[in-house]
Amino acid sequence: MSSRPSPTTTLNEALRAAPSTTTAVPTSAPTDDARIPLRGHVRHTGALVRRNLLWIRQDPESMADALLMPVIFTLLFVFVFGGSIGQALGGGQDRYVQYVIPGMIAMMSMTLSQGVGTGFSQDFNSGVMDRFRSLPIGRGSVLFAKISVELMRMLFATAVLMVVAVAVGFDITNWPGLFATVALSTAFASSIMWVFLTLGVIMKSAQSVQAMGFLVLFPLQFGSSIFAPTTTMPGWLRAFTDYNPLSTLADASRGLMVGGPVAHDLWVTLGWSVAITAVMAPIAIHKFRTKS
Amino acid sequence: MGSGTVFPMKEIDDKPGGVSGAVSVRGLVKHYGETKALDGVDLEVREGTVMGVLGPNGAGKTTLVRILSTLLAPDAGQATVAGYDVLRQPRQLRRVIGLTGQYASVDEKLPGWENLYMIGRLLDLPRKEARARADALLERFSLTEAAKRPASTYSGGMRRRLDLAASMIGRPAVLFLDEPTTGLDPRTRNEVWDEVKAMVGDGVTVLLTTQYMEEAEQLASELTVVDRGKVVAGGGIEELKARVGGRTLRIRPVDALELGPLAGYLDDLGITGLATTTVDPASGTLLVPILSDEQLTAVVGAVTARGITLAAITTELPSLDEVFLSLTGHRASAPQDTVPVDDREEVAV
Repeated sequence: MSSRPSPTTTLNEALRAAPSTTTAVPTSAPTDDARIPLRGHVRHTGALVRRNLLWIRQDPESMADALLMPVIFTLLFVFVFGGSIGQALGGGQDRYVQYVIPGMIAMMSMTLSQGVGTGFSQDFNSGVMDRFRSLPIGRGSVLFAKISVELMRMLFATAVLMVVAVAVGFDITNWPGLFATVALSTAFASSIMWVFLTLGVIMKSAQSVQAMGFLVLFPLQFGSSIFAPTTTMPGWLRAFTDYNPLSTLADASRGLMVGGPVAHDLWVTLGWSVAITAVMAPIAIHKFRTKS
Repeated sequence: MGSGTVFPMKEIDDKPGGVSGAVSVRGLVKHYGETKALDGVDLEVREGTVMGVLGPNGAGKTTLVRILSTLLAPDAGQATVAGYDVLRQPRQLRRVIGLTGQYASVDEKLPGWENLYMIGRLLDLPRKEARARADALLERFSLTEAAKRPASTYSGGMRRRLDLAASMIGRPAVLFLDEPTTGLDPRTRNEVWDEVKAMVGDGVTVLLTTQYMEEAEQLASELTVVDRGKVVAGGGIEELKARVGGRTLRIRPVDALELGPLAGYLDDLGITGLATTTVDPASGTLLVPILSDEQLTAVVGAVTARGITLAAITTELPSLDEVFLSLTGHRASAPQDTVPVDDREEVAV
């Protein structure tokens, strides 16, 4: 390793010696004085949201899950299990529709929040993320853009779900309750997104993110009160289902949309959201920032 | 810290050229566990020049570019680009660089135009200007026809041209090209070279990594040869070529059966360069390293004296392998990657 002498070396050395060895600077503020103003963040996030929306335009099939999942799941659960569970609830299939639809909103947002993880995994693997990271933008913009677009997809899926729900006999008696449910599901899903984001950053491929997401989601979704009341479940399972945030989310949604107690489940769900975000967001952001 | 008081930063922001060393690297170290990707690298690229960083796979070239473009933090050492420190002033630095590499890529799902427009917006160009810049760069890199097609449908050459266009959006002062033509066929490679030359003509400073001596000679004015994370040689192309020992003589006997015996015979005579004479069975030729015109004459004389009829003689640049052998005493890896050479001087025999 030879330091090649160039005519400028000595000059540069003289110039740089000072700043590079000086540590006695009073403030600990970073010297990166090119701070990005808020307008800059908004502009960058906007450009990246546009990018994520263009993905959907280029590849409309990527919306298939958001479009078909609510349809298939609703039809499946209502017509396969609806009769018998409805009977247990002291009614029929109509009774089950009222029971399951609020929980389906919760389930839908959970499943779709995986998209954040797989999307990031793809971006890292394709090298697009390196392009972004070599640009003078905040990394948060990349994150917020992806999350915003996934939330839009989620709202779209919820809208589809409500159309199907009404078609199979769901009565929307309480519009404010519906909106509150959507808001609560979205809030909870945004906290779960941090988990998937972490998976998307640390796992090698989008496929493994999806497989892992399935492993995490499946027990959470079915080991809950989303699809059936927990009263007949064995005690050990109930211990799990009663603390499963998806149960409290589903129960709170039911309370909000069709009536019943809300406060306890609502607070527990919000508590979970805050806790998950508090733990996972710093981890996700740290992994995201330090991944090279 | 506090370097803002020493350098006229704003000036650099507007026009490249406040500081003479466009890229300045000192004692750069990056280890991955036991692997020393960079083991104390020093490098100086002067304003407006093209520095070729030449080395085999795994030499540390990509690690160097990733550190200089702020994608990776070094373990030790210092690096500045256009006067900005890679660790302390990453945002200012990112504003004045362009990056084209094997990794930092465009978004394949987006059309070419959308890729350029997005990058323009991320670089804070107003909408109108971002649009105009995307149009102009597509035009310049002959991609206007393909503007609306997703980049995934582009050919290899078009992809590289789009990558180059993407790295030019912000009118960078320093451009990093990480193996810009690896994996391209010779014709496309020439196309990309022409584009790079045109960009250099515009006054941008370029740091180029490559595995190909040929590419370095085409584009770079100065070379730094790296191997296993260390700089093994540096200097002007001519200087380095002289040090390495010039050229490769490629001869094709009419009778391919002569190849093996002839290789051994020439090596035994001791009239060739440092590397051993190798047989290239695919083309039926012999690759003889030569250090001088005298050696060339001696080899041709020896072959003639043996009564062997030759179908062709050409001289080529030394291969990366020969450069390495003469500089480090060991071979560069991945010899199968040797680039087809276009500008050989055919000599009728």
